Amino acid sequence: MRAPAREGSATGLGKRLARVGVSGRGLVVALPYLWLVLFFVAPFVIVLKISFSDVDLAIPPYKPLLQWAANHTLDVRLNFNNYAFLFTDALYVDALLNSLKVALVSTGLCLLLGYPMAYGIARSAPRTRNLLLLLVMLPFWTSLLLRVYAWIGLLKANGVINNVLMSLGVIHEPLAMLYTPFAMYVGIVYSYLPFMILPLYANLEKMDWQLLEAAEDLGCRPWQAFYKITLPLSRNGILAGSMLVFIPAVGEYVIPALLGGPNALMIGRVLWDEFFANRAWPTASAVAILLLVLLVPFMMWYQNVQARESASEP
Amino acid sequence: MGNPAGLVKAAPWKDPGVRPYVEIEHLTKSFGDFKAVDDVSLRIYKGEIFCLLGPSGCGKTTLLRMLGGFETPTSGRILIDGEDMTGVPPYERPVNMMFQSYALFPHMTVEQNVAFGLKQDRVPKVEIAERVAAMLALVKLDGLARRKPHQLSGGQRQRVALARALVKRPKLLLLDEPLGALDKKLREHTQFELISLQDQLGVTFVVVTHDQEEAMTLAGRIGVMNHGEIVQAGTPTEIYEFPTSRYVADFIGSVNIFEGKLVEDEPEYVRIRSDELGGTIYVSHGISAAPEATVWAAVRPEKIFMSTSAPASADNAAHGVVQDIAYLGDLSIYRVKLDSGKVVRVTRPNTTRHAESITWDQPVFLSWDATSPVVLTT
Amino acid sequence: MNARRSFFVLTALAFGFAFLYLPILSMVVFSFNASKLVTVWDAANSPTLKWYRALLDNEEILGAAWISLKVGVINACGAVILGTLAGFGLARFRRFRGRFTLSAMTTAPLVMPEVITGLSLLLLFVALEQAIGWPAGRGVTTMTIAHMTFSMAYVTVVVQSRLSSFDISLEEAAMDLGAPPVKVFFVITLPIIFPAILAGWLLAFTLSWDDLVISSFTSGPASSTLPMVVFSKVRLGVSPEINVLATLTITVVTTMIVGASLWMARLEKAASGAPET
Repeated sequence: MRAPAREGSATGLGKRLARVGVSGRGLVVALPYLWLVLFFVAPFVIVLKISFSDVDLAIPPYKPLLQWAANHTLDVRLNFNNYAFLFTDALYVDALLNSLKVALVSTGLCLLLGYPMAYGIARSAPRTRNLLLLLVMLPFWTSLLLRVYAWIGLLKANGVINNVLMSLGVIHEPLAMLYTPFAMYVGIVYSYLPFMILPLYANLEKMDWQLLEAAEDLGCRPWQAFYKITLPLSRNGILAGSMLVFIPAVGEYVIPALLGGPNALMIGRVLWDEFFANRAWPTASAVAILLLVLLVPFMMWYQNVQARESASEP
Repeated sequence: MGNPAGLVKAAPWKDPGVRPYVEIEHLTKSFGDFKAVDDVSLRIYKGEIFCLLGPSGCGKTTLLRMLGGFETPTSGRILIDGEDMTGVPPYERPVNMMFQSYALFPHMTVEQNVAFGLKQDRVPKVEIAERVAAMLALVKLDGLARRKPHQLSGGQRQRVALARALVKRPKLLLLDEPLGALDKKLREHTQFELISLQDQLGVTFVVVTHDQEEAMTLAGRIGVMNHGEIVQAGTPTEIYEFPTSRYVADFIGSVNIFEGKLVEDEPEYVRIRSDELGGTIYVSHGISAAPEATVWAAVRPEKIFMSTSAPASADNAAHGVVQDIAYLGDLSIYRVKLDSGKVVRVTRPNTTRHAESITWDQPVFLSWDATSPVVLTT
Repeated sequence: MNARRSFFVLTALAFGFAFLYLPILSMVVFSFNASKLVTVWDAANSPTLKWYRALLDNEEILGAAWISLKVGVINACGAVILGTLAGFGLARFRRFRGRFTLSAMTTAPLVMPEVITGLSLLLLFVALEQAIGWPAGRGVTTMTIAHMTFSMAYVTVVVQSRLSSFDISLEEAAMDLGAPPVKVFFVITLPIIFPAILAGWLLAFTLSWDDLVISSFTSGPASSTLPMVVFSKVRLGVSPEINVLATLTITVVTTMIVGASLWMARLEKAASGAPET
């Protein structure tokens, strides 16, 4: 029953690797770790660097930060002009504030619509539950671009909604819906709704519904039981879902570009235009850093909520 | 039960000439500041069923996992059949384990599950097939070889897990709460099956359980654990009738414990003055303790006589009132409140159908034989 | 339980699903519309398949679809490897140096606005090219790397959550029966979590297939993906061919998802080890 020699040699190799400081565990995490450091963290360092550079009419269109000056000293030119510029031109501040507002309102709307849906799914019979969950997931798997495009067809002047309303005689002139803030909200809520429902559902699914019966038994009306038991217990789900909607929505580009019309001022769009239209890479970088600084606290909060949620699992 | 090869029943642990099969020497396992297993030394003999019994968190599972190689001891060592196992990984140990969850591989059939261990050892295919078939026949699963685990009942899965661990002919089989997942009726039946299987194969078993009834039925010897230590090891009878501490006396079965002072300490008897009893306890064997020391006399509920007339002797007697009766069918439990205020538990078998002479609030006399109490110093 | 679902909840469900599906439905319906005015139903000549034929003749769209397919498949395979390793490390190794960093780095891409990820990756590629000459220019390679970086985060989440409900004693049992750790991973762990890995692959592929923003930043002149072509067309207004494309996408996705969930439900049932009822 003793293990054959072959396995002895395998452990021998392990020991040899361990001696040079490489453990099996290390090897497992090293690859994704290095990948993310190189392609996720390092890029931000570069963005930060370029945000301090001057615009240059060259390829790439920025001046290097470090230059060897003629007298062999290293010349570092930190240029805060890009940031100063962002705060002098009202465009950027307005876009940022508007983005926050749009993201906040959209998150609220997603929560209002998504919570009862997640609740309804979590409380249905197991069979129905899986079907409903699948129905929530399906649009998520289908192209966001195509789904946003569908709203153009619905909302435009001679679109489906206007046509239907006019043929019913409800209105006599087409409503201007496309390229309005309304269209943008519809698009964002529509696109991000699954991101709200899924974490909420995951949280509500773990709920012990007897708690509600216990609360009612002790004298709570159903809505009180919901308010005092269900809502506080689903706090982590609400937070996780809200973060999943809010953070990406702040930087959203596609939806305002397609549904919001030329006046929909969103920071993601500003960044895109600076980069592609104006080729102002340093300005775009400064916008990205600003946006990031704004969003990092929310991301850390989200990470925290996730950690708490997984810690609460048995 | 039959006893091939005369392995265990001769009580090898009493014979210093017999070499123990498993030797656990000063084994300690710490998790941070917490000592899960604290300086445990234990000898287990070939062909034994040894049960580690204790409440959850007492360290019995950690001890078992160290035997299996899943935890590395902080200090101490384990010898199996004379070989030092410290530092040998689980996949190189001549030890197999039956997991509490059974841990059947869900993506493999019963047959593949049982054959898995033999494949790892590069046993020839023909031999694998033979040994698997024989083992499945032994645990009466021959018809289910091609089923997947999720198509089996709880009892069947338990037998697959057992077959999978036994087919490798381990020197030692570790069983972690082997019957915990089965319902009560099935559990009793399976206990006896397990014993007969162990008898046929002669494999040494180490069983972890928190269920004292299970331990009493299965075990040749029981090691009672508490706070990482083995507080007493012995046969079920020894553990029940001769506990060496209040903890063991109280943990196994139920017991009435009377605190008292040693007033007479002779080689053939002792007499204890107990205020809790409101009298003296006379025990017909000597103990080793300082005079005037505080000791405890433990009396099992079934060894107490209850009567409406006063007993002859002044020792080992008390007077009280019946406070509560629990009728359990085969026996009844009485809670009697003594004049001293202490509540004593007494059980009486219901040997006749109608004779219920003693009832609530009735004054009664309690008494017991001089051989019944166990005197405990710790 | 059903009685507990109040009228309000049912209304929300009905409204919510209508909201999610009516736009999709309208695209499907109008993909059969003969009129070039996409949203005006031409009852005389509809339904028709003429836009389907037009799409199949559209070299630009087909070429872009081919690039998207290439990027998607390579990305999904790479993301599954990286994400499985990361998910395994996070689920299994409770304590190691850099655990927090790794966990943060795999969570952040899930919520990071795409414009930031796209811009930063592009700037990295440009800087790398200047410094070491690789990657030479932007194209399929840079896009694939970019896609892998964000989609591996999704795979990590899927694998990690599957592993957190994995009965560790299965692995211990295999080891106990004589299999060394690496073999245990390939013979026991991998087959059991395979449905989750497959789900991760599909997710990674879909994310890549649908991505517009990050692709726009990291693609080169001759490597427009399908979403990029669609986006440039849609910006100019609605086009019947896009309706067709949407309908085809929805059909494929629905078939795949429904098939996969039925299959996975079966696998999961076997893997969960629940007794048959």
